[in-house]
Amino acid sequence: MGPALLVLLSLVGATTVERVQYDYYKYHPMSEITDWMDMIAKNYSDVASLVEYGKTYENRPISLLKIGPTTGVRKKAIWMDCGIHAREWISPAFCQYFVKQLLETYKTDSQIKEMMTNMDFYVTPVLNIDGYIYTWTTDRLWRKSRSPGALGCNCSCDCNGTDLNRNFNANWGTVGVSFNCCSQVYPGSKPLSESEAQAVVDFVEKRKDDILCFLTIHSYGQLLLVPYGHPSIAAPNYDELMKVGLAAAEAIKKVHGMEYTVGTSPDVLYANSGSSRDWARLTGINFSYTFELRDKGEHGFKLPEEQIQPTCEEAYSGAMHIISYVHDKTFKGTGSAAATATATLWMVLLAVGAALL
Amino acid sequence: MNLTILIVMAVLTGVLGSPYVTDTDVTPGSDSAGMSAHPNSVPEAADGTEVFHEEGVVEEEGVEEDVMATGELNPSHYPAQRAANVVKHYLNTRYGSPYRWVGLHKVHSANAEEVAESGRKYHLEISVQEMTGNTTEKCSAEVLFPALENQRSPQVQASCEALLTANTTAQEEALYQQYRRNHTLLSGHNLPDSYGHIDPDMKPLWHLGGVASSFVMLKESTENTLYNMAQVANVTQLETENDQLRFNYHVLLHDMVSQEIIHWKLLVTWSPAEGVKVLQMEELPKCEHCEVPPKPN
Repeated sequence: MGPALLVLLSLVGATTVERVQYDYYKYHPMSEITDWMDMIAKNYSDVASLVEYGKTYENRPISLLKIGPTTGVRKKAIWMDCGIHAREWISPAFCQYFVKQLLETYKTDSQIKEMMTNMDFYVTPVLNIDGYIYTWTTDRLWRKSRSPGALGCNCSCDCNGTDLNRNFNANWGTVGVSFNCCSQVYPGSKPLSESEAQAVVDFVEKRKDDILCFLTIHSYGQLLLVPYGHPSIAAPNYDELMKVGLAAAEAIKKVHGMEYTVGTSPDVLYANSGSSRDWARLTGINFSYTFELRDKGEHGFKLPEEQIQPTCEEAYSGAMHIISYVHDKTFKGTGSAAATATATLWMVLLAVGAALL
Repeated sequence: MNLTILIVMAVLTGVLGSPYVTDTDVTPGSDSAGMSAHPNSVPEAADGTEVFHEEGVVEEEGVEEDVMATGELNPSHYPAQRAANVVKHYLNTRYGSPYRWVGLHKVHSANAEEVAESGRKYHLEISVQEMTGNTTEKCSAEVLFPALENQRSPQVQASCEALLTANTTAQEEALYQQYRRNHTLLSGHNLPDSYGHIDPDMKPLWHLGGVASSFVMLKESTENTLYNMAQVANVTQLETENDQLRFNYHVLLHDMVSQEIIHWKLLVTWSPAEGVKVLQMEELPKCEHCEVPPKPN
């Protein structure tokens, strides 16, 4: 009886380890997110892998999940980052949910399956890991990185850290910043002074011809922001960015009725510079959006856990609208392919017509 | 024969569209130089200056603060939204209670005008909602942001459809009596907590903190701020005086524009008869040896 029981117990143990049990509708500390990432890479090893691509100031590894089957050819890709600002807890929650959705649906949903065959998804659940941990241990409303303040900072509380979303080399230090190191929008001593921002640049720049879409997730405000943050600079494809953004906001509204405003940051929020979104657009990634998730100020950064699921569901719908638009445009040549077909038909008809005359 | 061909061509034109189709969508990979800017893609900058198409080139060094737009405003753009947020705070100071906490639902229309030697005045049509009850109602409002530096608070006038008279009297009276009868004085902290959770028993004190904070946020608002209450750090009930319940509040306010968290201490009174009043307000530094944080620019 003894040995049989042992065999039975070990079988039960094996089953429990393989089952991916994770509550996506609760906030998780960094250690749990790291464990979850390992678990995903292990349990979905045919389509998911962990890629370490940098280090935080406090020397923690920055990793993303690469989701997509290896097809033997070089693939296009979608970039998504969460948790640039430490206190925006709904943002990492969304990245985790996004990964879950892809992995749960890619085998059965033909659209997701096709997209994952053609594109990889690079998802960073938490970029500002030091800051995120700090919001769990010390200050729930911390925003910046945890690098030390520059020389001359004389107050010891907020005068550490750099606003990572002002630190990118995109019109750096021009608008929407303060060079007071105590400020929440301190852009750093120079562009890419922060290792976290540098890590993104190192990874994305190498792949910029492959990355079709760059989504950066924040809260709060219920906004979809298009480049650029500078009031005097327009993205060449502003019209298209707005068209797709507005359609994404419509898709969001269909889920739970929430309204998301679409526009450039200087129009609907405030001017800013050095954002990851702007840097991505300047680098040549045509579709670059900032998502500002729920709510509109009632709870602000402390969005109740019971709102995680509906927020993720609507944001997923919005993100997927943008991603599938970009995918279809690249792989199905929406618009241009139809025009080519029509032109060919006309040529044939005119030739036939000329021959008959 | 020729006529037949012409008719066929005409029919086909109707079906297929003109043979001279222009593909206005940016085709994949063609947008490299950014020179194919669509003529309609130029958004008007807030100060009406010309917008530049070249990617990434900052034509204006040292951009100064925008000259604010006047006339009809886009209701979803920030100037109208910030002014509407001020109306929200005003309505809370007038009508707020532990069971009536007003939030902004939507801006329908807005326009702004310069008022000589006074400042800038906004006219707004908005909808507000009571976050406690989920009803919305329309309001008309005027907000005057003063030009003079010493007189910082905006002046607001507003009238709403139903004057926010959803019947909360019974609940308020019950709460008032319950708090008066307390043998031990109430206290709470961290509302909401890190997970966004608030104990149902503490919700009225959270709402009251929000309403009281609106007194501060109204006073402190400018065209360059957008305030919300981030958290009640601490609330302590004090002895009732003159039939007014009294509370000490330590609240954290968030200004969206500067992204700063600002600490305020408030002495708050409330009764159903007198409404919410803030007897004392004091801005606190973030930590003991710190100075008061930098003001938003």
